[in-house]
Amino acid sequence: MTIDGVIFLVSTAVAVFGAVMMIAQKNAVASVLYFIMSLVAQAVLYVQLGALFISAILIIVYSGAILVLFLFVIMLLNLRGDEDLGKPSPPVSNLTKAFVAAGLIMEMGFIIKSSVFARPVPTGVMGSVATEFGSAEQVATLLFTRYLYPFELTSILLLAAIVGAVVIARKENAKELHKSGQRAAIQEKKSEMTVDEVTN
Amino acid sequence: MVNISAFLLVGAALFGIGTLGVMLSRNIIVLLMSVELMLNSANLVIVAFSRALNLMDGHAFVFLVLTVAAAEAAVGLAMVLTIYNNRRTVNVDKYSLLKW
Repeated sequence: MTIDGVIFLVSTAVAVFGAVMMIAQKNAVASVLYFIMSLVAQAVLYVQLGALFISAILIIVYSGAILVLFLFVIMLLNLRGDEDLGKPSPPVSNLTKAFVAAGLIMEMGFIIKSSVFARPVPTGVMGSVATEFGSAEQVATLLFTRYLYPFELTSILLLAAIVGAVVIARKENAKELHKSGQRAAIQEKKSEMTVDEVTN
Repeated sequence: MVNISAFLLVGAALFGIGTLGVMLSRNIIVLLMSVELMLNSANLVIVAFSRALNLMDGHAFVFLVLTVAAAEAAVGLAMVLTIYNNRRTVNVDKYSLLKW
């Protein structure tokens, strides 16, 4: 087995292990940390595929920014993993889960059959590529020439997401609080109390 | 050099784990992360085919998918914050206000 194969197997094992532990954890913080572990292993796989820029983006932006956002939210909600989530709701679960799981297993079996036992997939073993393949320069050239319009559209999407996130996460009476100080603060305290009473 | 179908297998496995997470988890935050995991597995498959066909276009797609994932995470977490302020729980089974 070549060194490439060893690296591939190790990073695959780490990626799958991290993903499984992510959904198995009770504590949300541990869940996020296992997901970051899985992402780093996936970045190694991207490097093996020659996608150097994408793998750097995956580590810097994805595990560095997006998952830290998850951590911030967990911190704001003060989740400790001690909330009893109880049993899953009965109506949909078992039959649907069995169907979807059976479909996925059949899909996996087909992939294994066609990749290991039968002829190789049409693309076969990967040939060699140019040394600039996957570099930041190449990706940027594509993004600013052929895919210029989709690229610009994503900036509008990001703007909409920013505005939407701010509007959704804002407290309802934040403006009144700012205007009329204490009176609104007292009102807010009252409304919080009623919410608590409702949930209790 | 590792065969491309091995990378496709890893992508399929990660997607299956993500689907299981969406179906089984009752914590809204773990559920959102499972969706992110499914997006990532799709990215892995796109990059694998991009490498096999020796075309860079897949990398541009992956870039766009990462952007969409970031936007989804931001809006989704904002909604989690708001609903947590109202319901005081992260259990998705309790988020049935609109259930008829």
